[in-house]
Amino acid sequence: MKPPYRVPSACKKQTSAALSALVLSSLAGCRGVQSTLWPQGPAAQAISDIGWVMFAGAAVILLLVMALALYAIFRIPEKRLPVSANALIAVGGVGLPVVTLTALLIYGVIAMGYLRAGADDPDVQIEVIGNQWWWDVHYRGGGQTVATANEIHIPAGVPVKISVRTRDVIHSFWVPNLAGKIDLIPGRINHIVLQADRPGMFRGQCAEFCGAQHARMAFVVIAEPADVYAAWLARQRQPAATPANAAIARGRDAFSASGCMVCHTVRGVGVAQQAGPDLTHVASRKYLAAGTLENNRANLIEVIARSQTVKPGNRMPSYPDLDKKSLDAIASYLESLQ
Amino acid sequence: MAGSSIPPDSSGPPSVLHQRLDSVWRNLPGWGALGAVNHTTIGLRFIVTGFIFFLIGGVLAMLMRSQLAFSGNTILDHKAYAQAFTMHGTTMMFFFAVPIMEGFAVYLIPKMIGARDMIYPRLSAFGYWCYLFGGILLYSSFFVGAVPDGGWFMYVPLAGAAFSPGTSVDFWLLGVTFAEISAVAAGVELIVTILKTRTPGMAIHRMPLYAWYILITAFMILFGFPPLILGSILLEIERAFSLPFYDVARGGDPLLWQHLFWIFGHPEVYIIFLPAAGIVTTILPTFAQRPIVGYTWVVLAVIGTGFLSFGLWVHHMFTVGIPLLSLSFFSAASMAVAIPTGIQVFVWIATLWTGRPVMRTPLLYILGFLFIFVLGGLTGVMVAMVPFDWQVHDTHFVVAHLHYVLFGGMVFPLFAALYYWLPLFSGRAPSERLSRLTFWVIFLGFNLTFLPMHVTGLLGMPRRVYTYLPGLGWDMLNLISTVGGFLSAAGVGMFIVDFALHFFYGKRAPANTWNAGTLEWALPTPVPPYNFASQPMVDDRDPLWKSPDTAERSERGEYFLGRDNVDVRETLLTGTLHAEPQHVIVLPGNTMTPLLAAALTSVFFIGFLAKLYWLAAAGAVLAIGALLLWAWQGGSRAAVRQIDAGLGYFLPRHHASLQSPGWWGMLITLLADAALFGSLVFAYFFLWTVSPAWPPPDYRVMNLLWPSIGIAALLASSLVIQWGESGNRSGKPGRLQLGFIAGIFLAVIFIVAQAVGLHASDISAKAHVYGALLHTVSGFQVAHAAIAVLMAGFVVLRARAGHVSKDRPVEPQVTALFWHYTVLQWAAGFSVIYLFPFLAGG
Repeated sequence: MKPPYRVPSACKKQTSAALSALVLSSLAGCRGVQSTLWPQGPAAQAISDIGWVMFAGAAVILLLVMALALYAIFRIPEKRLPVSANALIAVGGVGLPVVTLTALLIYGVIAMGYLRAGADDPDVQIEVIGNQWWWDVHYRGGGQTVATANEIHIPAGVPVKISVRTRDVIHSFWVPNLAGKIDLIPGRINHIVLQADRPGMFRGQCAEFCGAQHARMAFVVIAEPADVYAAWLARQRQPAATPANAAIARGRDAFSASGCMVCHTVRGVGVAQQAGPDLTHVASRKYLAAGTLENNRANLIEVIARSQTVKPGNRMPSYPDLDKKSLDAIASYLESLQ
Repeated sequence: MAGSSIPPDSSGPPSVLHQRLDSVWRNLPGWGALGAVNHTTIGLRFIVTGFIFFLIGGVLAMLMRSQLAFSGNTILDHKAYAQAFTMHGTTMMFFFAVPIMEGFAVYLIPKMIGARDMIYPRLSAFGYWCYLFGGILLYSSFFVGAVPDGGWFMYVPLAGAAFSPGTSVDFWLLGVTFAEISAVAAGVELIVTILKTRTPGMAIHRMPLYAWYILITAFMILFGFPPLILGSILLEIERAFSLPFYDVARGGDPLLWQHLFWIFGHPEVYIIFLPAAGIVTTILPTFAQRPIVGYTWVVLAVIGTGFLSFGLWVHHMFTVGIPLLSLSFFSAASMAVAIPTGIQVFVWIATLWTGRPVMRTPLLYILGFLFIFVLGGLTGVMVAMVPFDWQVHDTHFVVAHLHYVLFGGMVFPLFAALYYWLPLFSGRAPSERLSRLTFWVIFLGFNLTFLPMHVTGLLGMPRRVYTYLPGLGWDMLNLISTVGGFLSAAGVGMFIVDFALHFFYGKRAPANTWNAGTLEWALPTPVPPYNFASQPMVDDRDPLWKSPDTAERSERGEYFLGRDNVDVRETLLTGTLHAEPQHVIVLPGNTMTPLLAAALTSVFFIGFLAKLYWLAAAGAVLAIGALLLWAWQGGSRAAVRQIDAGLGYFLPRHHASLQSPGWWGMLITLLADAALFGSLVFAYFFLWTVSPAWPPPDYRVMNLLWPSIGIAALLASSLVIQWGESGNRSGKPGRLQLGFIAGIFLAVIFIVAQAVGLHASDISAKAHVYGALLHTVSGFQVAHAAIAVLMAGFVVLRARAGHVSKDRPVEPQVTALFWHYTVLQWAAGFSVIYLFPFLAGG
């Protein structure tokens, strides 16, 4: 399969690197779009800083313990430094952990508080609803509610509060470059704050095992300058585009006739449904099938005809019996839903 | 077994004493071996079976690593991959790590504390069969195409009836619960064995540290396993009978499952690790050639770990949206557990530092353990940091962390132990060169697998994904992990070859092969079934170093129970703290009853699984019948007399004791029972707190008449039972029978009144979690009352058959203990379901 994501250069180098160099190089600067090691927001940055401090401390402690153990085994007994066993236990086993852990705990508790401190902008109310195996995204407040799927646009540089809940099983919402994760628990509504320092696209993925296609339940967060974001939201508030020509109109009819609207909503056409992603502006999205495929004509046809091959076990049946003409027409129609 | 062809290593022909003991203690030949109850045999069975499960779990791991070697790989589809990780985790935790560590304890503890056997040999055997049958039941899911695939943690609602129809989850719930019976049984038995059968002189402060580790671990099993058992029972009831506990629509909460699972799940990690740490603490001084330093430090550290481990479970739930204040508390507790661990690490270093270490294979494995475990502990501190955990939770970072802790913390000590104690079993010494090569292959393979995996997780790869896209930086790291995984597997293969070869080429191991200080090395190798020809008197923590002639004197029968005219299996019952000789315990010999009881119990589980409830009920009734038969086989009608126990002690048999093995067993079992009930009460209050109104608006009216009659009858029953039991002890057998029959009558009134009360209240068990709990708490109590009735009836029959009298007070006493507990439990249960909601809710 062709990688749908641009491979950052530091990651490419890995493939040719020697084994030992590899771990180091990936630690040193792999700019993945789904990586905690390339923090792009204050929350991820703070956690990353804590991480590096702890890595350094852990490395020192590990080396110290192993050096002591090897010394204790291999140094000729007569030449060893004389130690009091009790002093060694008290200093190493009690003193060392108490001091380091207390410091760490204070650091952690303080960080924890401001990481979840909230951002309550009434104009940006984003609700994410987990489904097996896709993300339903709603924008409320300030006009027409917008429903999209597997793609979250946020204004860059400001904290955005996202509320999450689930329609079926437990999922976990996670965008590693921006923040930690929060679970979607039946009967509860949880919150997380996302902030991207700069415009960019970041990949997120479900982190709690949720059944067959847990592996293919991804999404993207697109952080944009405020004006671009506003323009995007305004476009999304529009109802679906009306067919511009007869071919597209045939596609809409085929779409309707094939039963697609039993599960999918196209706002302005038919009754709102929730069983599958809202397709009102599907053509504006980057990916299909929850971050699985790039959004292009070939993949649209693939998803419609062979949904069960793309994501085995998902709720959408394959349509092997749709003739090529209808498939093409439906694809054309969906491509028109900008 | 190949090794047993070596004759025992003793100079001269076996003495009359040895021949006599051997004839009393040996297993039956052929099929009769199924009736073996001896701890050496049962321990080995646990170890061998556990190792086979380890290999099966390893094969599943290799399947997963093969699938993840490349992005978009298609060796396993999503279903097969989910089955593989579910069964891998389940197998390694429930069918390998816990049982094999218990197997080692069953095999070693009596030898180390100078006893002849475990205190309840039949229970050991029953536990083994439950474990084996539970494993077979779980794996039989492969034959019917219903392999569990919800993860070893079985989170609801994914594991609920709506999202997992079919029987796969039921296979998991029933198979695992069956095996947990075994764990709890072994826990009870190990505690009483350690507290009551240490050889004379082995006061509690002289007890080998391994026994301390096992004692604490066994208590943790008693309190740690019941929450999961309860959670599983509730889930099974919800799936089978549609009573809601986790269903949000009917007032339940899926987080209840997570709490119950992790209240078990985190202590579980220490239940696995502590015995392994005990192995390290036992082996290391031998190779340092000096006693452990900081004995008291270690005891306190182990006790501290035991307590702390019950306060950490929420660190598996940092991302579920719990208030930050609670998170801080659990974060602190999670870090605090690093302190007792640090103490143990530095005790080991200090012991080596002040000793004269000899580098042999077991010590090499311990060194490997130290590196891997400390690294795993340090990443453990990292994930205890709440914000850091928000990032790495449920990623491959955690997969790496937990394998460092468990593989490093448990498998490396296990291999050290297998090499170290091998001579006891086979009489031969392990290889020197192949065993070291094996170590290096496993060590390098392990680190190659899991060190890069930390980075894979930090680069954003979640756990339990069966496929991933290329281009995210995960490809090469995953390939390396796969190569490392197969290297470790090759190392395990080499270990098996090494192990097999040693039976043919291993040198004859001298007695006390490694010059150790603990009592198990006073035994001839391979060990005889009775362990000690006479139970030694000890006055030091390392008796063999203090008195090198211990082995010889024990062999000659100079210590306790060295008579050569015995015709029953015996071991000493000694004081809990000072281990002064008190009684001679007569132990049961070979019997098929445990196998029969376990087989009938499996009929219950199979019937439940197949939804043939008549078969399940038949299995339950027959299993109870087998247990009653088991109980009937015990006891003695022989006249009570003093036995010459040696060294000038004349002791009575345990039948005359007021604090007999049976009484202790009941007491300890009741702790687990109380933990089970406590878990149910926890569930009740947990669901109350998440509920907007309790009782829910439609349930405000409750008629307390019938429940009040019930509890009154139950309270009264305790009085008459006590009256009867004390009557027996003061020599009035008539009072015993009258009191117990009256007790039975009152308990039956309770059962009827409670049933009528529930029926009359007209509260549905299925409509809302409130009604479900009302029925479940009542059902739990009715089951207890029914067991109490059975026990009392049994005592009445035993009294009529002459097994019970003033001199043989055990059975009424044990029954009274259970009876009073049952009544006490209902005082709590009644308050919980009838009083609190109306006092608080108004």
